[in-house]
Amino acid sequence: MPEPHITVENLTMAYGDFVIQRDLDFTINHGDVFVIMGGSGCGKSTLLKIMIGLKAPTVGNVFYEGKNFWSASDSEREQMSRKFGVLFQSGALWSSMTLAENVALALKQYTDLPAKEIAELCSLKLALVGLAGFEDYYPNEISGGMKKRAGLARAIAMDPEILFFDEPSAGLDPLSSRLLDNLILELRDSLGATVVVVTHELASIFAIANNSVFLDPDTKTMLATADPKYLRDHSEDFRVRNFLLRGEASPLND
Amino acid sequence: MNSSAQTAEIRLQETQRFFDLHLLGDWVIDNQLPDTEFVFEKLADSKNKEIEINTKALSNWDSGLITFLVKLRKYADREKVKVNYTNLPEGAQRLLNLAFAVEEREGARKQVKKVNIFTRAGNGFLNTLIRSKSLLTFLGEITQSFGRFFTGRANYQRSDLWVTIQETGVEAFPIVSLISFLVGAILAFVGAVQLVQFGAGIYVADLVAIGVVREMGAIMVGIIMAGRTGAAFAAQLGTMKVNEEIDALTTMGIDPIDFLVLPKLLALVLMMPLLSIYANLLGILGGASVSLTLLDVSVYQYMVQTIQSVDLVDLAGGLFKATIYGILVAVAGCRCGIECGNSAAAVGLATTAAVVSGIVAIVISNAIMNVIYTTLGI
Repeated sequence: MPEPHITVENLTMAYGDFVIQRDLDFTINHGDVFVIMGGSGCGKSTLLKIMIGLKAPTVGNVFYEGKNFWSASDSEREQMSRKFGVLFQSGALWSSMTLAENVALALKQYTDLPAKEIAELCSLKLALVGLAGFEDYYPNEISGGMKKRAGLARAIAMDPEILFFDEPSAGLDPLSSRLLDNLILELRDSLGATVVVVTHELASIFAIANNSVFLDPDTKTMLATADPKYLRDHSEDFRVRNFLLRGEASPLND
Repeated sequence: MNSSAQTAEIRLQETQRFFDLHLLGDWVIDNQLPDTEFVFEKLADSKNKEIEINTKALSNWDSGLITFLVKLRKYADREKVKVNYTNLPEGAQRLLNLAFAVEEREGARKQVKKVNIFTRAGNGFLNTLIRSKSLLTFLGEITQSFGRFFTGRANYQRSDLWVTIQETGVEAFPIVSLISFLVGAILAFVGAVQLVQFGAGIYVADLVAIGVVREMGAIMVGIIMAGRTGAAFAAQLGTMKVNEEIDALTTMGIDPIDFLVLPKLLALVLMMPLLSIYANLLGILGGASVSLTLLDVSVYQYMVQTIQSVDLVDLAGGLFKATIYGILVAVAGCRCGIECGNSAAAVGLATTAAVVSGIVAIVISNAIMNVIYTTLGI
């Protein structure tokens, strides 16, 4: 029986008077790889911002393990967000710090570990993402794909319970993108984390996701929430199937 | 952190054929992790080359456990020790395999090289040469760009020039007013205290007028521009460099010097003399306001004395200095921005360098020009 981990309830998000999406309701279970998908400009990234605490929702709530995220006090919310690991679109590594320092920052802030153990943990995290030996490099000395992986190493520094990814495959070649997908699945299985991914990369969606929500920019609400493979083959909404079949959907016969 | 956490422990028992390695308690990074060095010492002392890992009493674990396992596996691989990992939780086994999935690339790790003092001195000298060369190249590019400007072939947007003129000129009025008024007042204070002792109070007007028109007006505006505009130039160009915006201009066949540096330089060179005329006026007003309150002189007397003390040559000398300062500040700001490194910290360094080198250049050039003025009798 899947246990709900994150619940989004009756959520409306807007910038000022301009509504991006309204009436969002969906549940993400423990161990899910959940994809937030939809065409460009539908508000995928804004939804992610609300879920990780960067932007407050206009109406509605987000619950983590049944606990209301946005009505919690600032310090409680900070406590909750410590269980998050976030990989930003272009890595967002701190450019004045080496990769090891990037990974170490949260560990230094939130644990009492001695410097030697922090260094060992940093090396471990970098090894997990395939960057062993790159501890002393600065972000501008490595390639785009490596920056993404280093960002992932930083995101898993504190052994998060939930991993958020904003467009993980953007700007990566198909092979690197595939490797990153495998890495996401491997980390989900071994860390036992829940994964939330914002993407519109179909190959990646079908490879990793077992649950999803489809946001539509025209009706400004969600059209479906289910396993994307199921939606591709059986969704009653033509727009959803058309998106998942790259515009080659035919009307359902049954 | 968690009060109910059990202490993490490690026990090593040697049997006839193999080691039994027991992991107990909560191996999490919030918990105190046990010292594991003794395990490796014991392993090194023994002839046994087999380890059985036992995790029956292990409750929670996270990366704290994996770092130990990584160390153990590295040791085992090196010393050809056989380790049985199969009793570990499945997630831990997978993470361990993942950590060794990509081998460390040969030569990737950075080596710290020791250099002796001669090498360092040599490198320092070579770097100075390289920097001087790049400064000369930059000056050359600007000169060429001006050549294109005067022949009407420079590729820049006229609107950029007007916006920069607005930002460097008009928007600097309040700060220039405040600073030059106060500097004029300060000069008058210093002069009044000294000159009244000799009954020569009226000569405060000369002191203020000459001081402001020949020196302080231009210098104060120059320093304000270095801190305000030079820093802004460096920060803007540096950020553009980091975002590859300058590369984008180059690929479109637009010369970044023409497009970005030229309007900034022109704006500052045009605005500096105008701002310093304004600063001169405000400085004299500041001096007058102090003199008229402190000394026994009439407004008319003070005005006549001021007009007699400075002539057009003084004014022209001051404005020439202001123009030179404008060039120096704009060149320092733009050069630091264009040569900025590729990180956020580098933008900060470029901005600092722009302000510092701008002010240093102003002071040095002022000294040189004063020597020349004195020799020529201006």
